[in-house]
Amino acid sequence: MEVLVALSDGILVALEPLNLGLAVLGVIVGLFVGAMPGLGSVNGVAILLPFTFVIQSMTGSATSPMIFLAAIYYGAMYGGAISSITLGIPGASTAVATTFDGRPLALKGQADRALVTAAVASFVGGTISTMLFTGFAPMLASVALDFGDPEIFALMLLAFATFVGLGGDDIPKTIFSICIGLVLATVGFDIVSGEPRLIFFDSVNWFSRGIQFLVLAIGVYGIGEMLWTINSSRYGTTMTNVDVSFSRIMAALRSFPEAWKGTTIGSLLGFFVGILPAAGATPGSLMSYGVTKMVSRDPKQFGQGSIDGIAAPEAANNSASTGAMLPMMTLGIPGSPTTAVLLAGMVIWGLQPGPLLFSEQPDFVWPLIGSFYISNIVAVLVNLACIPLFLWMLRMPFTILAPLIFVLSLIGTYAAYQNPYDVWLMVLVGIAAFFLRLLDYPLAPAVLAIVLGPIAEPKLRQSLLFSDGDFSIFFTRPIAGPITVIALILIFLPLLKLIRDKIRGRRAA
Amino acid sequence: MFITKRNFCALAAAATIALTSVPAAVQAFEPTKPIDFVIMAGKGGGADKMARLMQSIIEQEGLSARPVVPTNKSGGSGAEALVHMKSASDPDHTIMVTLNSFFTTPLRQPGLDVDIMQFAPVGRMAEDTFLLWVHKDEGITSFDQYLEQAKSRGSDWVMGGTGKNSEDNIITDFLNSNYGLEMKYIPYKGGGEVAKQVAGRQITSSVNNPSEALGFFESGDLIPLVAFTDERLPMFPDVPTLKEAGGDFSYFMQRAVVGAPGMSDDAAAYYTDLFTKVYESAAWQEYKSSKSLMGDFMAGSDLKAYWDTQRTRHTEILKASGAIN
Repeated sequence: MEVLVALSDGILVALEPLNLGLAVLGVIVGLFVGAMPGLGSVNGVAILLPFTFVIQSMTGSATSPMIFLAAIYYGAMYGGAISSITLGIPGASTAVATTFDGRPLALKGQADRALVTAAVASFVGGTISTMLFTGFAPMLASVALDFGDPEIFALMLLAFATFVGLGGDDIPKTIFSICIGLVLATVGFDIVSGEPRLIFFDSVNWFSRGIQFLVLAIGVYGIGEMLWTINSSRYGTTMTNVDVSFSRIMAALRSFPEAWKGTTIGSLLGFFVGILPAAGATPGSLMSYGVTKMVSRDPKQFGQGSIDGIAAPEAANNSASTGAMLPMMTLGIPGSPTTAVLLAGMVIWGLQPGPLLFSEQPDFVWPLIGSFYISNIVAVLVNLACIPLFLWMLRMPFTILAPLIFVLSLIGTYAAYQNPYDVWLMVLVGIAAFFLRLLDYPLAPAVLAIVLGPIAEPKLRQSLLFSDGDFSIFFTRPIAGPITVIALILIFLPLLKLIRDKIRGRRAA
Repeated sequence: MFITKRNFCALAAAATIALTSVPAAVQAFEPTKPIDFVIMAGKGGGADKMARLMQSIIEQEGLSARPVVPTNKSGGSGAEALVHMKSASDPDHTIMVTLNSFFTTPLRQPGLDVDIMQFAPVGRMAEDTFLLWVHKDEGITSFDQYLEQAKSRGSDWVMGGTGKNSEDNIITDFLNSNYGLEMKYIPYKGGGEVAKQVAGRQITSSVNNPSEALGFFESGDLIPLVAFTDERLPMFPDVPTLKEAGGDFSYFMQRAVVGAPGMSDDAAAYYTDLFTKVYESAAWQEYKSSKSLMGDFMAGSDLKAYWDTQRTRHTEILKASGAIN
């Protein structure tokens, strides 16, 4: 009850004209940076941080600036889906998984359905996670504390397992794809030994910085996808015709419940992954995609334009971003790159994040949580209203769209880290991705490995430092143990199936 | 996307800052374009927070005619940032906020060919302090108890820190070699993560900066045992210094702003003046005392002399730990 009173007060503050205005503005800015390839919520928040100093000096409180930045963060999670679906280039790293099914569905002429599903799933994910946040924040903070290195590694192993253990795909090729991703993830300075690895050139501009995930993602899905479309010319010289009408959008809205499975998994798993420091929205959305595909009755649909395949990552990235606010506020550690900037903002506004924030700064915390609800409603409305505009892009003939994708990929890569070498690397990756795809290698597992590798590897080595190299640490700890066992079962499931089929086949003969 | 393209260009420009165009030499230097403010660490860390605070002070008090634009270059323990500075095309508009990797990274990677003495000594904004922290449930309240416990537990006593050969690693090595301990050192990505590991009792102790451990200190989860400073910290009046506890060791983290090699004297003077104002601002003084930072403002030849001592000291430390020859 106490929580509800605090929350309703908070929502009232969040609804004050200034705060509401900031939320709307933030959501629109976020939609835009999210939709631009290369710019994600982290860039949006970092670029506009100085603007919040002005807001703070106007209002004298840290609440309004934080509402503004949080709205950008959410808006970006919605916006990322837009270019993933309409152009096939992930608008932000958090929306990479959305391209897996969003793009194919758009090519089938159902871009409106893909966009509506993404928007509504984002809303559901964002709202469910905000409710969890409201009700259980302090309790969940202690769960985050219980997750040490072996636990996080076990969870990462589980994420890999969801991709390997999928029936349908060619398993050796999946494993090969994961390995490529893992190798690319090791490039750069190793934090555990402090030594450079696989950097080849002496120049720091190349590999000693490590290979940035977004560079690979834009290469694979921007350039690689464009080459693929040119090569296959399956879709002719024009893009699929898209009808824009109110009734079609309403129909898409009504059919949303079909995506209940992906939405539920994405909302819950995304939130959980989000509250673990070190992870964040990108792994959250990829893992949710993998799990949804695994439990789906029709996994073959995934990658061909499955509605669940769009809903899961979109629900998850919104849910995870709310989740990532939790360790930031209660433990003072960012769960994602964007919350790292928000954390810097909180310090500048004179707040001390930590276990006492909820009890000592209720005037800050509750309006902020209230604004989470409001921002989500604003975001879904703005997004739905803009869908006809996004669809209009799809009507462009491919001869115009292809150069546009190419230019956006170049700019997006440069904008992300301001390093011209990244642009070359992105183009090379795109070409490599095209050939891998010609040879029928699945690329999603490589993308997953590049995201999770840099999280999993240090956790593996930190755990082994603890145990003096004894792998039993992953089995004997109460939380890590069961997760590791499930992960291993999932990894070996295809092998067991294969053996079983062989035995059956022999009996039948 | 057409509608938004123009906005995008503006954003990209704001984010990247043009690197061309050399300003004409003027008598008294004034920046003629946005100032590239390099942070030699990732987003969200201590250096990053501080840099963004400085930016906010400059912005709020209108100290600079041109905006200061922070860019994180965290690659290779600051190597990326150092090389970026060295090869800056317009040194008069390129400044950087430093950590101690400013001293150690050039020593550990002579191949970078970075000489820190060529950087312009704009100003030292503070020296960050280090304390030894344990979880309250460890049942330890003094440094002597700590030594006793750590000794008896040998390598089961785990110290966490930020990265290998970092400030935290240096202090851990010192404790191990001077007190006959065998604490295990586990490197993590950031100071906040280290503090969280102690709070969750995943590791046994840490040598966090106060700003990183403050939240858990206020909630009572973490207890400071000893400060690696010369005098007691005003914020922790009951925590003795290591010197009081009989050790001859203190260690600080330099929080300074430096100019790119090749910066003109006029420009250096301008930035020193700018950051003197930042230093004297109420917001900075408030931050400094609330996060328990030490050190007075220092610039020019004094700061260079300070770098020289620090470089010599870090050479000795790294040699002793075997990180360099």
